[in-house]
Amino acid sequence: MIGLIGKKAGMTQVFDEEGTLTPVTVIEVEPNVVVASRTLEKDGYNAVVLGSVEMKSSNVTKPYAGQFKNDVTPKKHVIEIRDFEKECNVGDSFGVELIENLVYVDVVGTSKGKGFQGVMKRHNFSGGRATHGSKFHRVGGSTGMAAYPSKVIKGTKMAGRMGGEKKTVQNLEVVRVDAEKKIVLVKGAIPGTKNSIVLVRTAKKK
Amino acid sequence: MDIIRAVGAEQLKDNAENFRIGDTIKVHFKIIEGKTERIQIYEGLVIALNNTGINRTVTVRKISYGVGVERIFPIHSPKIDKIEVSRMGKVRRAKLYYIRDRVGKAAKVKQLMKRKLKKNA
Repeated sequence: MIGLIGKKAGMTQVFDEEGTLTPVTVIEVEPNVVVASRTLEKDGYNAVVLGSVEMKSSNVTKPYAGQFKNDVTPKKHVIEIRDFEKECNVGDSFGVELIENLVYVDVVGTSKGKGFQGVMKRHNFSGGRATHGSKFHRVGGSTGMAAYPSKVIKGTKMAGRMGGEKKTVQNLEVVRVDAEKKIVLVKGAIPGTKNSIVLVRTAKKK
Repeated sequence: MDIIRAVGAEQLKDNAENFRIGDTIKVHFKIIEGKTERIQIYEGLVIALNNTGINRTVTVRKISYGVGVERIFPIHSPKIDKIEVSRMGKVRRAKLYYIRDRVGKAAKVKQLMKRKLKKNA
């Protein structure tokens, strides 16, 4: 598995080799620095900790700065990637070149917050009939069942806060990697708002 | 330039939009059939221009065998060989959707004489 921390810049369209318009998401990638490495002997698993985006020194607390060793300056975003398939030492820096050879990627991000939503939007309930005397429109219906169990089982799907959670979109095609502009173009949409931080990594199921 | 526009800028054609709303244009459109490639000409009235940058599209309307046909072309598409203006129109609005409700002579756009064909001939 290899991956990089990036920033969602927004969506646009590009023409592919056949001249078809393809919808793409532009992901900006600032240099990713290896902050630390986890090893089987010491930590029980292999992983690499990547950091990206420089921080203003006045914003860095001492406990936060403690994780950055070997002259690595404090980074705003830190992500740990297990079983990193590239030899690297603490202090090494990666750009978009790292994922140049990938055909498909997964993108992990935080989805847009949608506030308090009903069951139809939040859990894809089908709702009731709109007309013909129906009095059952967008509500969830019965939750507690009958005499037994006569209570609402934990985890029952109901209305509530939606969005703003970690989401992964799998198997997105890499349309273009531009090392000069430090950007990756992936086909289709990815979670989150513009300027939100995402992880672009090897597709797990390809 | 912001990064989104910079991505599209590489594929923009120079002077792709050499026509205006109300003009009658000929779109030379490449069609790939297996290995061979040929050019089809689609002639009609420009009734709308939409979007900006790489997403810019033109809506071209014509009457084909008595049936109104509208095609939307991305003007920067590599599939478009060229666009010729065959007649310039004199119109006072940016979208000519009212043409859809008109039949026959009422659906015509007046010819613009001022910047007549010389440049494009």
